[in-house]
Amino acid sequence: MSIHDLPKDLRDLQTRVKAEAEKCGLDCFEVVFEMLDYDQINQVAAGSGFPKRYPHWRFGMAYDQLSKGYEWGMQKIYEMVINTDPCYAYLLNSNPYIDQKLVMAHVYGHCDFFKNNYWFSKTNRKMMDQMANHAVRVRRYMDIHGEEAVETFIDKCLSIEDLIDPFLPFQQPKEPEQKPKEDENELAKFRTPRQYMDSFMNPKAFLDQQRADLNAKKKETKFTIPAQPERDILKFLMEFAPLEDWQADVLSMVREEAYYFLPQRGTKIMNEGWASYWHSKLLTNGLLDASELIDFADRHAGVMVTKPGGMNPYKLGIELYRHIEERWNKGKFGKDYDECDNMVTKKNWDKKLNLGRQKIFDVRKSHNDITFIDEFFTEEFCEEQKLYTYEMNPRTKRYEIKTRDWKEVKEKMLAMLTNAGQPLIRVVDGNHKNRAEMLLRHEHQGQDLDLNYAKATLANLSAIWGRPTHIETTHEGVRKVYGFVNGEFSEDKS
Amino acid sequence: MSLFNIQRDHARFKNIIKGRIKQDLKKYISNGDMIVRKGKDTVSIPMPQIDIPRFKFGSGEGGVGQGQGEPGDEVGQGDPQDGPGQGGEAGDQEGKHSLEVDLTLAELAEILADELELPRIEPKGKEILEKEKDVYTGIAHQGPNSLRNFKRSFQQALKRQIATGTYDPENPIIVPIKRDLRFRSWKTTQETDANAVIIYMMDVSGSMGDEQKEIVRTESFWIDTWLRSQYKGIETRYIIHDTVAREVDDKTFFSTRESGGTLISSAYKLCMKLIETEYPPEQWNIYPFHFSDGDNWSGEDTKLCFDILQTQLFPRINQFSYGQVESRYGSGQFLKDLQEHFHGGSDKLALSKIESKEGIMKSIKDLLGKGR
Repeated sequence: MSIHDLPKDLRDLQTRVKAEAEKCGLDCFEVVFEMLDYDQINQVAAGSGFPKRYPHWRFGMAYDQLSKGYEWGMQKIYEMVINTDPCYAYLLNSNPYIDQKLVMAHVYGHCDFFKNNYWFSKTNRKMMDQMANHAVRVRRYMDIHGEEAVETFIDKCLSIEDLIDPFLPFQQPKEPEQKPKEDENELAKFRTPRQYMDSFMNPKAFLDQQRADLNAKKKETKFTIPAQPERDILKFLMEFAPLEDWQADVLSMVREEAYYFLPQRGTKIMNEGWASYWHSKLLTNGLLDASELIDFADRHAGVMVTKPGGMNPYKLGIELYRHIEERWNKGKFGKDYDECDNMVTKKNWDKKLNLGRQKIFDVRKSHNDITFIDEFFTEEFCEEQKLYTYEMNPRTKRYEIKTRDWKEVKEKMLAMLTNAGQPLIRVVDGNHKNRAEMLLRHEHQGQDLDLNYAKATLANLSAIWGRPTHIETTHEGVRKVYGFVNGEFSEDKS
Repeated sequence: MSLFNIQRDHARFKNIIKGRIKQDLKKYISNGDMIVRKGKDTVSIPMPQIDIPRFKFGSGEGGVGQGQGEPGDEVGQGDPQDGPGQGGEAGDQEGKHSLEVDLTLAELAEILADELELPRIEPKGKEILEKEKDVYTGIAHQGPNSLRNFKRSFQQALKRQIATGTYDPENPIIVPIKRDLRFRSWKTTQETDANAVIIYMMDVSGSMGDEQKEIVRTESFWIDTWLRSQYKGIETRYIIHDTVAREVDDKTFFSTRESGGTLISSAYKLCMKLIETEYPPEQWNIYPFHFSDGDNWSGEDTKLCFDILQTQLFPRINQFSYGQVESRYGSGQFLKDLQEHFHGGSDKLALSKIESKEGIMKSIKDLLGKGR
């Protein structure tokens, strides 16, 4: 498949869109558009955009749901783009020309984001090949060990695929830890450049004393695995769980793919906002024919629509970029602006700096959703966008608007974005109770775990670890440890 | 052809679903309402979403929304959406979403058969009922224009033009000549065509309550499903009776409630009449099913029933099934009488006692487990 598969009119369109995008300063990988029919696009979407995935039923389930959604007229996938170099994107062949135009512009926005955003800088840009390699490896294991065995093991791995460390790709590779040797060099000694002085400076009695101190200290510090609580539980399992070679390999594949998809979850608002900003900008700045304007407005409105009680990352993202652009164009930032308490002056503030465009490019380079909201979500923005928090009212049993106070809204938003809305869990001990049981700790940040899910997840984790597993969490305000021991899920009595 | 080999995963997924249905078959069988007929050959079965368990938060914590409204106002219609950052891979919605699984009746029957170990039915009258059928299978060089295969013809013409050098990419006009034309062609195959008729009879006397009827309705659904998977053309007829019998449509069959006494022989007579006039046994596989609470009016009538069964019905049918549904008035004698008279059974007779909804599954096995 190649660009030549596109019909001529779309090829020309791509050239135009690309030229326009580059003129505006977007910096993209080469983009390869593939034209697919709805069934093919559903198939690719089922594999998260990758045509070759390892065999697993969940792709079949996703495909089943997408197909039904399409056939019943409830949903259709307009576009899909994946973070690779070259960047692959899919067009639905039944879309009208104007939709293809919008999709292409949108895709160039995504592609620029993938290439330039810091959080994507460590992702494997050849993931297309890597996924296909995984498929081959898993199939080979299935040939040897049976489909059922391998697929069941994948199920178990997927159960814990979220338990990885988002910051790990950005850490310097650690020096391999060296076990402390029982070596005189370790002992505190007085140094001397003269060899013959050594026995005078460090007499035997002194060294003996040093050695005894060291041993006593060693006894005191408990040696735990892991040495520090570890977020990358998949890696921990690869290192310490009693796995067959093929199992360790499958686990490593699941882990690699999880790391690949991780930045997308942490930049949803920014990424979709950026792409929406640019499809809108590119189209209205010349790509659009006058006759297409109404259709474009209709499609764009469809993308921006926000259901009550919901938040649309496309809408939120594009508005926040525009808000930033305006602030930096008018100079609405810095000490003077912040300290000004005259609302009229503030409202009409305009230093004509025109730094907006530059600023949003900078923002898209270094932020993720959390820092994006944290740094640029202002009172004005909250008011302008009519944002609110809502909660279940226990009396009326319905969701009700709680407040429009911008600080609370922001706080709630940040809480929801933290760790991509997933519980923060670390492995703290691989030798819990000195019985090789595993202990996890959930950093409780206000929301309890769903215990049914926790139970099933622990069961899967135990199957990999080969020994009972436990999780320490807070449930309804009380610190508790739940364990999965011998097929039973229960609270640990200490 | 598929670029993406999703078929394997899709098939796996469907298998998993079938496994789930099998696991919960008893639940589905006991609650006939859960299964919704969709069109002629498919049913839709609701089941809880299948997902991969992960550590996640319990729900009910609210979120952030956008739009009009004062504090205290209700947030829009419908469920609140998930918060941002929840996207990514498909299928991470709340577990309350239920999956609608579409199965064909044949698939459902297969699950039923696997679970209950129902033997396949060997239709009788196989050799007589052969039918010829034309199936379009191939491509021929000759044929009427109405069967011309455009794509193949075009390909041939294109091949020929390229081979002879008359194809011009700048001006790609393809002109087929007679030699290029291809036509669809058919093959005649012999097909065995076994017909079957199910004749449902039900006692609608005062003692048969709604609950009993519900059991009959559910059970007849599964009987239908199974027999439909075994025969191509299948007809169903419905007879209700108290002291007199009459033929009705399916709606009436399941909703009528009469009062008064019971003369079972009336139904058997009508059944016999139907068979004689419309279903010659040499062409039809005949399956009468009779459901009753077992209270017959008199011993005389019961004897008459035995006589009709023995001399008239048995020689003509594949199997006569009698299901006795427990009612709140207790259960009657008829089942016992049948058992005694036919010494616990005949090779044409299947008996079953259905005590409650939960007993339906066992009863289906009793009635259909003999492979006749």
